[in-house]
Amino acid sequence: MFYRETGQFKTNYTDDMAIFPIRQDRIGIAIILAIALILPFVVSEFVLKTILLPFLALSVAVIGLNILTGYTGLISLGSAGFMGVGAYACYKLTTIFPEVNIIIWIFASGFFAAAVGVFFGLPSLRIKGLYLAVATLAAQFFLQWAFVRIPWLFNYNPSGAIEVPLRTLFGMPITGPTAELEVKYLICLGFVIGMTWLASNLVHGRIGRSWMAVRDMDIAAELMGIKLLNAKLLAFAVSSFFCGVSGALFVFLYLGGAEAGTEFAIRLSFLILFAVIIGGTGSMIGSFFGTAFIVALPTILKFGAPAIGIAITGATAEKIVLMIIGALTIYLLIVEPHGLARLWQIMKQKLRVWPFPY
Amino acid sequence: MMFKKLALSATVAASVLTAGFAAQAQDAINFVHNTYRTGAFSGSGIPVGDGTRDYFTMLNNRDGGIGGVKINFEECETAYDTRRSVECYEQGKAKNTVLYVPWSTGATLAAIPRAHIDKIPIFSMGYGLSASAVGDVFPWVFNMPITYWDGANAFIQHVAQQEGGFDKLKGKTIGLLHLDAPFGKEPIPILEALAKQHGFNLKLYPVAPAEMQNQSSVWLTIRRDRTDWVYNQGWGAMNPTAVREAARGGFPVNRLVGVWWAGGDDDARPAGDAGKGYRALNWHQTGANFPVIQDIIKHVVDRGQSLSAKEKVGENLYNRGVYQAIIIAEAIKNAQAITGKKVINGEDMRRGLEALNMTEAKWAAAGAPAFASPFRVTCSDHNSQSAVYVMEWDGKAWKRLSADIQPQKEQVRPLLEEAAKAFATSNAGWPARTEACQNNS
Repeated sequence: MFYRETGQFKTNYTDDMAIFPIRQDRIGIAIILAIALILPFVVSEFVLKTILLPFLALSVAVIGLNILTGYTGLISLGSAGFMGVGAYACYKLTTIFPEVNIIIWIFASGFFAAAVGVFFGLPSLRIKGLYLAVATLAAQFFLQWAFVRIPWLFNYNPSGAIEVPLRTLFGMPITGPTAELEVKYLICLGFVIGMTWLASNLVHGRIGRSWMAVRDMDIAAELMGIKLLNAKLLAFAVSSFFCGVSGALFVFLYLGGAEAGTEFAIRLSFLILFAVIIGGTGSMIGSFFGTAFIVALPTILKFGAPAIGIAITGATAEKIVLMIIGALTIYLLIVEPHGLARLWQIMKQKLRVWPFPY
Repeated sequence: MMFKKLALSATVAASVLTAGFAAQAQDAINFVHNTYRTGAFSGSGIPVGDGTRDYFTMLNNRDGGIGGVKINFEECETAYDTRRSVECYEQGKAKNTVLYVPWSTGATLAAIPRAHIDKIPIFSMGYGLSASAVGDVFPWVFNMPITYWDGANAFIQHVAQQEGGFDKLKGKTIGLLHLDAPFGKEPIPILEALAKQHGFNLKLYPVAPAEMQNQSSVWLTIRRDRTDWVYNQGWGAMNPTAVREAARGGFPVNRLVGVWWAGGDDDARPAGDAGKGYRALNWHQTGANFPVIQDIIKHVVDRGQSLSAKEKVGENLYNRGVYQAIIIAEAIKNAQAITGKKVINGEDMRRGLEALNMTEAKWAAAGAPAFASPFRVTCSDHNSQSAVYVMEWDGKAWKRLSADIQPQKEQVRPLLEEAAKAFATSNAGWPARTEACQNNS
């Protein structure tokens, strides 16, 4: 009844090509953005730090992997490695050029990750599927090795860790220990909105079409005049760019200093892949669903359940989370390969014809 | 009628809840303790967590807490994951914990910059950032009783004792088998300096975290290099594998010496008879023959309140958990004495930790006579660089092998100070110490 486009006429091509052609969707997005803006001022510090910040930081990486896996059909197990490249690049850049604003460096660190991503994406021209997964796994292990083994990357720090220095914007600290959580959140949110907008425009345009053509059948795509080399490497570049920015956000705005060699391990790569599968391959909104699921579920189960009186120890919660994520991944792969995003779509479809289903 | 009943029960439930919260806030000291009972390092994390948990449960059961105030002890599961540890830090902060015990190097590093802002002291016992021993730079961080750099130093002293003097080290090959992570690489600069000084060859044998349980190629290399002694800087699943592989490869196990984190009973036991002779550094005694352990058995284990099996009580890593708990309890007592308050907060706890002076009498009073070497924390020395000894696995239990080995402070302390200075300069805006010095005489 409320969700119906009856009476909304499109009078030119621009309207027809809009990302949100239905007015209700535009209103919905505006409401979500408004909520996102006021959220940090109403939730507790605990929720802000342990759920919202990692959610925002990781969602960029999940969008990145979704571009590669969901839109281009190339599987990658190196996402955490590329995140690490972003984090270390940002650290090196801001320690070498401390006078440049950190926000510029967080964005720029994506380009370093993109360059590394293109290099490790080269095998994708020859190999597909499982074999490509193995090749990207090699990238993950190599990068992890490099983070520990190349002391130049962490400025010869004896503890081998990245220590996030204090950086300001308009005199207000945005990274480092004295930065307010709300400020960090808003900066993260800005990045997420910007990157989502970028990704959404990419996948809806010519480049996105060529990616999807490659995904659906690369030989056919080649016959139609799409250069596989360009399309695949661009997908790797863009995907790694997103991962890199995500990694920089993760360390600089969320963790605030970490032993990055162990942080960006294979475990995180898998989590990002699970988020893509659970959320829905080839869907922007699905990336957010998947990230929310991966980030929030463990925390809610561990701290939320005891708070409402369900006696569950942290160790048990940790194991239950593993079981739920594993079971759900298998279930969704079999029953609903398009993940939570597909359920969302079905719901919208039902709403459109409500109350007269046919 | 129905509605009335509902309303009544709701009121009762609400009042019980609020009363519960109020009681918790008023007359208890909150302490949220990180543990990892899951994940690749759980083998080491479980006994340590059990020891600390059981000691505080024992204090609550036997004495009604500390100074008449119950300790509200809570565990927070980290799975040795930095992201989970950040959650636990926030959880502790929300629950007004008096102390943060990270139990992982990554978690320590993530928390150190926040400590002076949130006013929660950090106690990373023999791990974490070595440089945080310098209390002038890190007033909120404590890492007694020893650093990894002292440990490597003590290991070389042990080798010299066994070989018959430092001059006999010349030409020997000494290897460092280490986890290829910041934790594992910590002793390298000290060992390099000592190699230059005494003329032995230092060989590094890194083990990647993913390869912890597959060390055959590493041990093949060790055999090829004809390495004389190996120092094992490992944790978790890496240690039992190292002992087993050493025995399988024909390396004399009594020339393999583990850091204190590589001295778990379950590290040596899986190798069976072949593990006999494996050595490790330690700073406290093993076994259940201490009044404090007997009290734990009586007040906690026999009441079924422990998560640990009874035969595991008194094992090395369990006792390490107890050791940590005794120090923390002593610091709480100090804080109560200094401030005159019964319920202390993080700031009081920091003062209590800085005033720690664990004399032999204090250890005895805690029910642990001759359990560990005495140490004293000062304002500038938050570590104390205490003595360690070498113990040997006899197939069933750890046996003391050497006398106390005192690390060479004059070699290590300048390096610590240098590292602390480097930390302060690389973290622009690191605050100068403003906290008043706690006079601990």
